[in-house]
Amino acid sequence: MLGYYLRLALKSFTRDPGATALMVFAIALGIGVCVMTLTVYHAMAGNPIWWKNDRLYAVTMDSWAAERPAIRDQPQLPPWQLTYTDATYLFNSSIPERKVLMYPVAAVVMGGNQGKPLKVTSRVTSADFFPMFEAPFRYGSGWNASADAGPEPVIVLSYDLNERMFGGANSVSRILRWNNHDFRVVGVLDRWQPQPRFYDLTKGHFNEPEAAYVPWGWGKALQLRTVGEAKYWKFEKLDTFEQLLGSEVTWIQMWVELPDAKARTRMQTLLDTYWAEQRKAGRFARPQNNRLTTVSQWLRDNQVVQDDNRLLVVLAFVFLGVCLLNTVGLLLAKFLSGAPVVGIRRALGASRSQIFIQHLVHAGALAFAGSLLGVGLTALFLWGVRSMYGGDPDTSSGGYQALAHFNVISLVWVTGLAVVAALVAGLYPAWRIGRVPPALYLKSQ
Amino acid sequence: MLRMRNVTKIYRTDVIETHALREVSLEVSTGEFVAIMGPSGSGKTTFLNVAGLLEPFDTGTFELDGADVSRLSDRTLARLRNEKIGFIFQSFNLIPDLNVYDNVDVPLRYRRMPAAQRHQRITTALELVGITSRMKHVPAQLSGGQQQRVAIARAIAGEPSFLLADEPTGNLDSTTAGQVMDLLERINKMGTTIVMVTHDPELARRAHRSVHLIDGRLSDTEIYRPRAVASPDLGAATA
Repeated sequence: MLGYYLRLALKSFTRDPGATALMVFAIALGIGVCVMTLTVYHAMAGNPIWWKNDRLYAVTMDSWAAERPAIRDQPQLPPWQLTYTDATYLFNSSIPERKVLMYPVAAVVMGGNQGKPLKVTSRVTSADFFPMFEAPFRYGSGWNASADAGPEPVIVLSYDLNERMFGGANSVSRILRWNNHDFRVVGVLDRWQPQPRFYDLTKGHFNEPEAAYVPWGWGKALQLRTVGEAKYWKFEKLDTFEQLLGSEVTWIQMWVELPDAKARTRMQTLLDTYWAEQRKAGRFARPQNNRLTTVSQWLRDNQVVQDDNRLLVVLAFVFLGVCLLNTVGLLLAKFLSGAPVVGIRRALGASRSQIFIQHLVHAGALAFAGSLLGVGLTALFLWGVRSMYGGDPDTSSGGYQALAHFNVISLVWVTGLAVVAALVAGLYPAWRIGRVPPALYLKSQ
Repeated sequence: MLRMRNVTKIYRTDVIETHALREVSLEVSTGEFVAIMGPSGSGKTTFLNVAGLLEPFDTGTFELDGADVSRLSDRTLARLRNEKIGFIFQSFNLIPDLNVYDNVDVPLRYRRMPAAQRHQRITTALELVGITSRMKHVPAQLSGGQQQRVAIARAIAGEPSFLLADEPTGNLDSTTAGQVMDLLERINKMGTTIVMVTHDPELARRAHRSVHLIDGRLSDTEIYRPRAVASPDLGAATA
């Protein structure tokens, strides 16, 4: 019977194309706006490395001034980053299975197809960065700990930079100029874009990963200053790089991978012991606040999903509700105008439930058409978001353009909302038409 | 067989009660052709709606083929309407979107009949009313007489025990009305019980008997002719 009901629905659409188009568009608009908002929200709210949530920890400790917290609107939190002194001390620990120190730097590259110097963002980081954050390699691999210490002139390129410099070919062993020094390519990443970019949220939550990665030791060797966030709480002379390294400026990001709760406890103890020693030596005026923060908590602490975004999702659903309410009205009018035919069908043997299902299928077909158009509208709206926030991810609005793509999640949302739309828009009109007394219309038709 | 005993039907609003049927008792035997006569507002259509299980009644008893139908669920009533009753209306009541074939198909669909069987029933019914050539036409493309013949084909396609006809010739000219009555007589002779509402005494005389409804009450009965013996030979009737 479902096929029969579907045929009747299609016949009805062609009989009344104007009203049908209006209803389909109302559903599509509601779904489009809702799915666009949800797609962006989901990308923002998701933990891109959830399977390691009980292993990866951001390391922070409160080295700030006694009189004020590091983060004004979240006074309970220590600063997001560590001083060079603290970071390098903790990095020597053998407790973590993997450990990473890092900061972003500006760089100019040249070589391959790139005849002219090209300004790119780069990351000075340690060897564990790639296996720890599960960055996928297209060619080659990362480097080892000895390359960090050397430091060895090796470099890992992003997929896009490799495309640009070497036309996407396997560039492992090729030499390029990075900040006026020769570097040998040891690895090329595959497409990789964790959203949010959890490992460094200091300058925008959704920025793309850097274009190139060099071993940790190059930071000191080339005296590279961060282009990320550097925060300080007291006046210090920072004329030389050495002064920066010995200062209370927080600018180094540290992550550790701890295999189990025992390792986590040991790491926490190390932090607390170090903190106590430093306090004795006259540092750390604030109460002890050393943290090992999971990725999920890290995203919450950094307020990656803000209340405004949640409100936007609520508003999107309200908008969908208004669209569906309009559809309910139109559908009710359409169904009731067909009451005489329902009377005939009832006389010929249709039960109330059969009439109800027939009209629910009608609403379902409308919702399906609406969801198809909704897919198009969602893609259009997301394109609009990308255009609005387009440009350099480092300088524009936290990299929103990178996450506004129609994807599987969007499709799941469209499907789910189409079912909801069919039920919400169709239930009452279908129930109402099923209650029409058949005899009322048979004489008057 | 249709048997009503003291059936009462009252329409109620906040301020008024209208007694549409007052203790109506009637028995229609299998194969009978009964005309229900009466002036406008006498309760003829209400009687037909109650008899056709389209409206509930307030008091009394009603048996259809021996089964009490006074307290049945909507689903059972729908099934009984579908299997036992065929309706013919004054205004034909064809579904305007559907062509002739699909209109006749409607009651068979609700019976969940296999496609081949439905096709056979539809073509047989359309042959019987002589409108096979218009199978793909929609109602708007047909004359009144043709539309009523399609309605009759739809009513008999499910081979019901009863045909309930509400002024079946009311919208037709006299020649076409005569043809429709011929058709109904032929169907009756094949064994289908017919209850026909009319206010035309000429048409009523083509039934075996007529009963009169006045102010919702059955007043008297006239017997016109003895019942014919049912002929199951559909082919002969069609020829």
